[in-house]
Amino acid sequence: MAEMMELVCPAGTPAALRAAVEAGAHAVYCGFADETNARNFPGLNFSRVELAESIAHAHRHGAKVLVAINTFPRAGAEETWHRAVADAEAAGADAVILADLGLLAHTAEHHPGLRRHLSVQAAAANPDAINFYAETFGVRRFVLPRVLTVAEIAAINREIDAETEVFVFGGLCVMAEGRCSLSSYVTGRSPNVDGVCSPPDHVSYEETDGALAARLGGFTIHRSPKGAPAPYPTLCKGCFTSEGVTGHVFEDPASLDASELLSALADAGVRALKIEGRQRSRAYVGQVVRSFRAAVEAVAAGRPVPPGTLAALTEGQAATSGAYAKTWR
Amino acid sequence: MQPDSRMDLTIGPNQYFWDAAVWQDFYARVADEAPVERVVLGEMVCSKRLPFYQAHILPAAERLMAAGKTVALTTLALITLRRERKLAAELAAAGLEVEVNDLSALAHLPEGAAFSVGPMVNVYNEGTLRWLVGRGARRVCLPPELPPASLPVLAGACDVPLEVWGWGRLPLAISARCYHARLHDRAKDNCQFVCDRDPDGRPVDTLDGQPFLAVNGVQTLSAACANAAHQVNRLRAAGVSALRLSPHSGDFVALARLFRDLLDGRMDAAEFSARTMPRAPGGRFADGFLTGAAGVAWSGAQVPDADHPSRRGQEAVATAAAALAGKS
Repeated sequence: MAEMMELVCPAGTPAALRAAVEAGAHAVYCGFADETNARNFPGLNFSRVELAESIAHAHRHGAKVLVAINTFPRAGAEETWHRAVADAEAAGADAVILADLGLLAHTAEHHPGLRRHLSVQAAAANPDAINFYAETFGVRRFVLPRVLTVAEIAAINREIDAETEVFVFGGLCVMAEGRCSLSSYVTGRSPNVDGVCSPPDHVSYEETDGALAARLGGFTIHRSPKGAPAPYPTLCKGCFTSEGVTGHVFEDPASLDASELLSALADAGVRALKIEGRQRSRAYVGQVVRSFRAAVEAVAAGRPVPPGTLAALTEGQAATSGAYAKTWR
Repeated sequence: MQPDSRMDLTIGPNQYFWDAAVWQDFYARVADEAPVERVVLGEMVCSKRLPFYQAHILPAAERLMAAGKTVALTTLALITLRRERKLAAELAAAGLEVEVNDLSALAHLPEGAAFSVGPMVNVYNEGTLRWLVGRGARRVCLPPELPPASLPVLAGACDVPLEVWGWGRLPLAISARCYHARLHDRAKDNCQFVCDRDPDGRPVDTLDGQPFLAVNGVQTLSAACANAAHQVNRLRAAGVSALRLSPHSGDFVALARLFRDLLDGRMDAAEFSARTMPRAPGGRFADGFLTGAAGVAWSGAQVPDADHPSRRGQEAVATAAAALAGKS
């Protein structure tokens, strides 16, 4: 029996964290309720007290907690990010997930005993980048950007002496993460700086000619026939036109589902599987985690993944295996 | 305020896929005629393009240096393939200054070797800047979306020259997926180099006909052309010492001369913008990243040029900036 891949599950609230732990998460990742993490949404994330209590709860049930401090600190305000790292360590976090060079250097120097993971927001996409971060800052695990095929992931794992973690389910960035300013171009608020993408306070809807236009920062991202479901206007999933060609120029409004690739990812040497969705409900988190836990147990035992267990979870949305298949490019 | 402080001009790496002869001619003219201090050469976007003009890069660099310009060679902005890693290693060994646009290039640069940092590297704060300077960075072109309030903090944290994006479509994202190939219903591996048809990028409009973005192979850019003219004094005061001009088709030497006139006080921002509008890809300007607004916003006069090639025959549409004005 192969070693079971670690299931790293999202928690936007203490309740979601408990749901994930109960459903079989090996690890849960979460962040503080401020701009230090890349899911800085209203009503989401953890206070210092909540984090300490949640970590204690997770540890009692044998699960780890990874704290994402993965935006890029604002010049002149680095202290906020430094304090987040110190507080995560004090709360008993099993690791921090970082993206910024300066914050990695600070953490390696001032919190050497705190395990460091590289966030997907740093988009380390090749063995040279990974070995650089591992050797320079003692980074132990790398969340790989969603730009690599399974074969490329396997090749990376052969050339590095660190763990890799890959996204298998949930929202899908089309662009290399941490290298995208589309949201700030249109709204002034960005994943790197503010921890938000296509923020809701810049969204507006307008009905014209029997169609509903969903706009972001005044730009029409989608147009849906009256009565049809209107997808959220996430910038890179919109419908646009280019010299007479109209369609989803960047990506269809699909979410990532790599559940059929779990065996291949295990064979590629992947250590951990990440589920996106810190903004999702605890019911959703519990359901997804339970399904994936059964799937990774099957893979580790050499059994086939029970088919169809995850199909219901994409909620009628189209699913894609994204960049893991070369044809996506 | 340091009105006397000199501001340099850098011509950044051409982001598009130009015919090799056009490429050669561009840099020959820059070497002979453009009033710029520095030129960064090479391929930042797609390694598949390089074989078509790679042989011309070193001769162009030599000609530029002979003309008294500082020259650096850029890395790719996203390095994933084995041959792309090899390219980065060869670049580091070429003996010219390297502009790092993917941090993995540092793995190939010996400790203490001098390099410069390009706009695709996430330098948002003084900790990162100091670390890079300690590693050998001698110059940094900051990411376009960096909040302007960060500029004086960064300038005060180090004594290497800081540069910001001054002209040209803004690089907003990079992907593994090729959008040019996708728009032509082709796989990336069989792209047949269709991005060569769009020397300034291929426009992407909203369904309402608003100019929005532009695609350039695996890269996504703004539809609007960045123009820092109205912000020059603020940038000087913040400690920025150079503007980056990103190459576009047309008479780029003339554009560089107009920038020199602007920086030397022979022309004001309004006149500069009026005279350069016909050269602006997409026919509209943006400087929002430099003012702290949304990147698409423009602080100059809203006088879209109805005769601009990209707007001819189009119905007048509400401008993006006007739509934004009520929001930000």
